[in-house]
Amino acid sequence: MNKTMPPEFYQLLEEIQAVDFVLVELTLYLDTHPDDYEAIQQFNHYAKQSKTLKKQYEKSYGPLKQYGASYSTYPWSWDDTPWPWQV
Amino acid sequence: MYTQTKYYYPYHSPFDPCKPIKVKSYETPPNLYMGFQPPSLPQFQPREALYHGTLWPALFSPYPGKREVVDNE
Amino acid sequence: MWYYEKKLQYPVKVSSCNPRLAKYLIEQYGGADGELAAALRYLNQRYTIPDKVIGLLTDIGTEEFAHLEMIATMVYKLTKDATPEMMKEAGLAPHYANHDKALFYHNAAGVPWTATYIQAKGDPIADLYEDIAAEEKARATYQWIINLSDDPDLNDGLKYLREREVVHSQRFREAVEILKEERDKQIYF
Repeated sequence: MNKTMPPEFYQLLEEIQAVDFVLVELTLYLDTHPDDYEAIQQFNHYAKQSKTLKKQYEKSYGPLKQYGASYSTYPWSWDDTPWPWQV
Repeated sequence: MYTQTKYYYPYHSPFDPCKPIKVKSYETPPNLYMGFQPPSLPQFQPREALYHGTLWPALFSPYPGKREVVDNE
Repeated sequence: MWYYEKKLQYPVKVSSCNPRLAKYLIEQYGGADGELAAALRYLNQRYTIPDKVIGLLTDIGTEEFAHLEMIATMVYKLTKDATPEMMKEAGLAPHYANHDKALFYHNAAGVPWTATYIQAKGDPIADLYEDIAAEEKARATYQWIINLSDDPDLNDGLKYLREREVVHSQRFREAVEILKEERDKQIYF
């Protein structure tokens, strides 16, 4: 049985990838610039935005993380396709 | 002028069998020059940052592919 | 511990079924300067590096696993529906005979990954210089693969990964400066 992900899935995923990418960049930057107050404020701003976007994503497309870092649906949907490399 | 690609002209022998590549190039990305990154550098917007692979234009290194000039006599 | 997140770091796309490109790309999966070697190198060195730079090694090492997954995705998509005939034409018959389409940690020439690709000298400066060199070598490898590839979507992902090497190298260079302890004399704000 094949399902196709709707365009909104790709849009939301891209939005999350963009925000999370900023967080990766700021993380590495702060690892060598731990006293940059402005960068830390920006980090916290995007961390909040990332949480909001992921909540929205998980409501429609299932959990992003495991071991309890995401809430579960009923039934268990962690195994649902598509996996990242199949998208 | 600052450029991220440098060129050199290798010695070419009349006995080299392949058609000579007159100009060879190598890359010198911005991390070689930046030193310790200063704070508050201009940033890309998140989506732009993702597609550039960095948050900071000052660290962006485009790579259009090898640009070498082959001699066509 | 680590948490897996069910998404790629970057939206990976591939234009066509092209097992020959997969053959080249596997260099960054199981090669000397590939993403597996990078991840294991940094995450292993961090136990014996000064506290000030453990965070950086942890975070870059973790990002390398996200890049490993991107490479795997590219290889998977380039070979997914290729016929044995296509694998053969791409020079992948020896791989196919042993592994079918399974990914394996070896380089473009089929040499299996080995721990001798990575170093841990225990000397912080020696280790960080190794890391800087590793990033520059990985950047160069991406350049050579881009030069071999005519797939615009694949090259988009490869250029992203190449840029990440530039940023990682920048951070490792800063880590060296931190350990030198001289830069404290400069005030930034």
